Amino acid sequence: MLKRYPLLIVMLILGYLFLYMPIVSLVIYSFNESRLVTVWSGFSTKWYVELFNNKPLLNAAATSIKIAALNATAAIVLGTLAALALVRFRQSRGHKSLGVMVTAPLVMPEVIIGLSLLLLFVAMEDLIGWPQGRGLTTILLAHITFSMAYVTVVVQSRLAHMDRSIEEAALDLGAKPLKVFFTITLPMIAPSLLAGWLLAFTLSLDDLVIASFVSGPGSTTLPMVVYSSVRLGVSPEINALATIIIAIVSTAVLIAGVIMYRQEMNKQKRL
Amino acid sequence: MPQHRPAPNDNPWAASDEEPIVRVENVTKTFGNTYAVDDISLNIHRGEFFSLLGASGCGKTTLLRMLGGFETPTSGRIFIDGQDVTHVPPYERPINMMFQSYALFPHMTVAQNIAFGLKQDRMPSLHIRERVSEMMALVQIEKLANRKPHQLSGGQRQRVALARALAKHPKILLLDEPLGALDKKLREQTQFELVNIQERLGITFIVVTHDQEEAMTMSSRIALMHEGRIEQVDTPRRMYEFPISRYAAGFIGSVNLFHGHVVEHNNDMVLIRSDEAGADLLVHHSQPLLSGMEITVAVRPEKIIVREQRNDEPNHLHGVIQEIAYLGDVSIYHIELASGKRVQFTQSNVQALAEQPLTWGQEVALSWNPYSCGVLSQ
Repeated sequence: MLKRYPLLIVMLILGYLFLYMPIVSLVIYSFNESRLVTVWSGFSTKWYVELFNNKPLLNAAATSIKIAALNATAAIVLGTLAALALVRFRQSRGHKSLGVMVTAPLVMPEVIIGLSLLLLFVAMEDLIGWPQGRGLTTILLAHITFSMAYVTVVVQSRLAHMDRSIEEAALDLGAKPLKVFFTITLPMIAPSLLAGWLLAFTLSLDDLVIASFVSGPGSTTLPMVVYSSVRLGVSPEINALATIIIAIVSTAVLIAGVIMYRQEMNKQKRL
Repeated sequence: MPQHRPAPNDNPWAASDEEPIVRVENVTKTFGNTYAVDDISLNIHRGEFFSLLGASGCGKTTLLRMLGGFETPTSGRIFIDGQDVTHVPPYERPINMMFQSYALFPHMTVAQNIAFGLKQDRMPSLHIRERVSEMMALVQIEKLANRKPHQLSGGQRQRVALARALAKHPKILLLDEPLGALDKKLREQTQFELVNIQERLGITFIVVTHDQEEAMTMSSRIALMHEGRIEQVDTPRRMYEFPISRYAAGFIGSVNLFHGHVVEHNNDMVLIRSDEAGADLLVHHSQPLLSGMEITVAVRPEKIIVREQRNDEPNHLHGVIQEIAYLGDVSIYHIELASGKRVQFTQSNVQALAEQPLTWGQEVALSWNPYSCGVLSQ
């Protein structure tokens, strides 16, 4: 079919170029000998070596990953609880306003979230002495606040499509509500929990604006380091770092894809 | 004229002194301003195969869900085996339910599904294994033990759901439209299987269904529900032969209704004058009726006998055949009376390709036995 429509092939190639050219050039230039990002002067892996000697950058990466993982875990717990409340207690008072409030961060500009949280944290420190200063805790709290909204939306849609009578059947067979939640509900919404966790992890790893507002000395995240170093001129080290991140992400996506494909094939084989 | 009087009481459940296993006392359930269940009282006895029959929205599923503990009555009380369970949660009731969607746990195998309830009771795993294989044998799904629900056909899922609900040997099994999702052939076959299983285990079954044929085939008794109330509770046979209201008569099977008024009532025989019928109708009825009372006579289509000559005795109507429908086992005839009223009657097609004795436009005389019809005052 493609052969008959050469224009389609051209469009396809243009589309892929548009999507992947920047990434490909980034990967290529990470192996550039020259310090100048735009001048190719031969193949070298020296920026990778430099990267592993760049302590501030590595520390920032570790901080970011730590925050992202903690944030994703906390957001999953809170987001799932919020989703349960929204789907299961439709009759209750305040149901609608809860729905609006929980998902508000989705549409709120990041600058406003960041600023308002900063003001809140400062006020709280004055009033109750916690959180002390800005740092990991405040970034984490800020990230949980907006990640939770995304998790809620993801889990909510899964819960809404779940057949209620499956949980009723478990109750009917003698399982108490809490046990039903852990043995029936959780396994059934597990894929959406995983998706929500990954989403929250990525959002946190990605965030520059909110983190800039609520961070303090000694708590610099990776995007902040990258951003500030780029302002002084793009360093090939950053390219190397980006290449490593891309490699990790694409490996993870590939593995997830293979697992899902195998499951699908098994399903079809058994049917 | 052959006269078959009904037995004075062919309803073994009516006179039982035993404490009923389910006692529903003045239960009402409202959702907002609508009455889903409106002041229902009902006794169900041990070992019964009891059907809640009705059109959709009549409250039958709500009543079943209140028995299961998934809804709490707005008022009234429910007793199970003498114990007040009105506010007992589902996981503490000696009842299990088979859901309309089957509600199998998608992440568990067939065997794990069946074992789930037993595990909640902390039964030793050896006993669980025994009980699970016993249940799988009962519903003939031994080979499916390690399948997941999505690998099963509709009929197989239905069996797993049944086995899972029976595994804990409940006192009562609730079934919500158990055969609703099966195709016609499988449904007919499964009806008899359900009855066999119920008889073998001796568990009280309470079934919700909208299918009158299904209810007639399986039940020991039927409760016909209409707009949140119980219209009539009776054995399938009495339900068909002696409906107490026009709604009950029309819901189960077909019926011809003639409106009229009572002329006289003596020796259990009522004489009714009906302009619609164009003749006087004689009906056996033992309860006293007042002269002049407005009343309806109900006659089932298969109770009507066709004669060719005219006759002026009671229960003899005259009309012209308007329509004939050949259904294989029976033929349905529509007769138009002089009053314009249409009467339906059926005849079995006993002989293949026998010459049709009746044909369109033919004038015929209809009659029926006074014991084969009923009077309805509501």
